Amino acid sequence: MSLTVFTAAVGVVILLFILELLRRRQIREKYAALWIVVLVAVVPLALFPRISDPIAHALGVASGVSLALFGGFVFLLLVCIHLSWEMSRLEEETRTLAEEIALIRTRLDEKGQVER
Amino acid sequence: MTTQRILMILPAWNEADSIGNVIGEIREVLPTVDILVVDDGSTDKTAQLAAEAGAKVAKLPYNLGVGGARRLGYKYAREHGYDVAVQFDSDGQHDPRYVPALVAALDSADLVIGARFAGEGDYQARGPRRWAMSLLSGVLSRVAKHKLTDTTSGLRVVARPLIDVYATWYPVEYLGDTIDTLAHVARGGYRVVQVPVTMRPRAGGVASANPFKSTVYLGRAVLVIVMALLRKRDV
Repeated sequence: MSLTVFTAAVGVVILLFILELLRRRQIREKYAALWIVVLVAVVPLALFPRISDPIAHALGVASGVSLALFGGFVFLLLVCIHLSWEMSRLEEETRTLAEEIALIRTRLDEKGQVER
Repeated sequence: MTTQRILMILPAWNEADSIGNVIGEIREVLPTVDILVVDDGSTDKTAQLAAEAGAKVAKLPYNLGVGGARRLGYKYAREHGYDVAVQFDSDGQHDPRYVPALVAALDSADLVIGARFAGEGDYQARGPRRWAMSLLSGVLSRVAKHKLTDTTSGLRVVARPLIDVYATWYPVEYLGDTIDTLAHVARGGYRVVQVPVTMRPRAGGVASANPFKSTVYLGRAVLVIVMALLRKRDV
């Protein structure tokens, strides 16, 4: 099996996996959409690596393959940063919930003492 | 001080050894104030002992860190209409005898800090930790337009307007609960003053004198203060 076919096959398998997660409602649409767009772009690039050469040359990069590699790194870095940001937001949200729960529990305890 | 409703907020995380004595001492010295212990996800008997000693107890479902515990305290103070909130430690480091003087200073301020290095006591720090502390007090004194010698002190007293601010906004990050809150309100135009106090040695553990840790502390302090000053004024 040649490298191009292998790479494309991996792309297709991951694409199917994302679609399956989406079908089972295991992944939010906003994240699924991101990966579907990426994979739909990756599969043709894998089969015909030369198609990105013109863009690479226009940017002064020797080959389309290295441009794709560089682009992939930058993209993954941005995704990681985005996830850190989402995590921070989630932590702030769960923190607020924890505080509200403690307040409600305290109020219930105080009410209970009055009734007794 | 007699007509104001005062709430002491004590965040406590596994402080079963000291909490009973600390509450007992507060009730002896300040019989009219209410005490709220915020149990920050303790796994020991902190909450039970605090309730037995006569404090109100708010129990967090898991450990949030001191910032989260304090914000919960301020939320409680706001909901129950307290006039004054006192931030206090549950490890026996703070002396309740200073609280009346701190509360009295609220007449001319919104936030009063109980400060070491201000004539009382003999607390000393060395090396990078000392540089960090003098950098912080230098910058924050300028922002607050009042000489502040102990910006990382956890002994603080605030009145109504800041209870409302802290109930919605209180950072959970390391140093955020001390430095960030101070820079935030000073830039927001609230009046910050300090009153000299002595602090007692902590019941357990000592402040780190390890040079590496002190250097990390300095770095974090610089980051926190620079970020606090770069933020928009949005109080």
